Amino acid sequence: MNISQDIREILGSNEAFAGKSDQLSDDASLFDMGLDSFGSVQLMLALEERFNIEFPDELLNRKSFSSIRAISEAVSTLVRQEAA
Amino acid sequence: MESISSPQGDLILDEEPEGGPTFLDRLFDHGLLIRTGVDGLYGRSGAFESVVEALDRLISRLGAADDAEVMRFPPGMSRPAFERSGYLKGFPNLAGTIHSFCGDGAGHAEILACVEEGRDWTGQQEATDVVLTPAACYPLYPVAAARGALPAEGRLFDLQSYCFRREPSLEPTRMQLFRMREYVRMGSPEQVLAFRESWLERGTAMMRDLGLPVAIDAANDPFFGRAGRMLANNQRAQGLKFELNVPVNSVEKPTACLSFNYHQDHFGSTWELRQADGGVAHTACVGFGLERITLALLKHHGLDLAAWPDSVRTALWG
Repeated sequence: MNISQDIREILGSNEAFAGKSDQLSDDASLFDMGLDSFGSVQLMLALEERFNIEFPDELLNRKSFSSIRAISEAVSTLVRQEAA
Repeated sequence: MESISSPQGDLILDEEPEGGPTFLDRLFDHGLLIRTGVDGLYGRSGAFESVVEALDRLISRLGAADDAEVMRFPPGMSRPAFERSGYLKGFPNLAGTIHSFCGDGAGHAEILACVEEGRDWTGQQEATDVVLTPAACYPLYPVAAARGALPAEGRLFDLQSYCFRREPSLEPTRMQLFRMREYVRMGSPEQVLAFRESWLERGTAMMRDLGLPVAIDAANDPFFGRAGRMLANNQRAQGLKFELNVPVNSVEKPTACLSFNYHQDHFGSTWELRQADGGVAHTACVGFGLERITLALLKHHGLDLAAWPDSVRTALWG
């Protein structure tokens, strides 16, 4: 499973990142690049469906969705917990 | 922002005696509010309305120097505009839609039979093109956007409307239909944030002049569901909403009487509202809950308006 590639693919369906999600660096600020609050909610829901996970309340914040690296770390942890 | 309490903030609220009449009961008993049989839907007495009207005039005086453009809309708005506003993304549970009978003569007979027999009669009701206004400023944005780009100084509007939110409650401060007075600023981020800052000061001073203990707290809107939890966290983290709280029902859960909201470019993007330089307009608003402030005054100064402190009566009625 290549989590960061999957995240890029999901991001590509957001208007702000259409056609350029492959060029995003892992640490680029997604909010600076146009991700808005509703966009981050849609991203969260799409990630939950793709990875069959549920973000706990303490991760439902801007920081968790601020960059591809932050999202990867959160998703990796949740996927491991699901598998355990 | 940390909570800022007024010097009167440690005033002890008279708690309702255990098993005694609630504040809502006492408001009914004194005839200030009038029962309708629906929680959160009340009539108002002349005395209650005299306070609401005095507050409305007081808010006008405080904002007079800014020369806001006055607009008043009925408490219903266009359904297409409501749908485009994005309200359903955050608050599907609070929205109120207007449905009307769209059947024929036979259908009419059927609904009368249903009512007679106590069965559901609403099957032939269909959604109209009118939705109950959820916040006084919602009908404004499409109207403002239709005028084209903002002038360099931006724009400022003055609104007041009955608003509907479907949240039946026995707390008198949580009505389903209530009046919201608003000033709405549109312009650059700097312009709208300066506006919000000025009203944080004016609003706090107004409430202190009314002898109410106040605290300003960071806040979030009651977004729906798990997705809403994230929206609420984001709103708080970005300092987009502050509320001016007064203890009314309890000290632990004070009531938001004024709110100060920075929408960033949410409504500007939604309605393609532009600044003079072509950039997306930012917006902010200050909202006054007219019934809530009235209830706070009744709670803290008593149910007999004539016995209110002179300073409060002077602030309201001159």
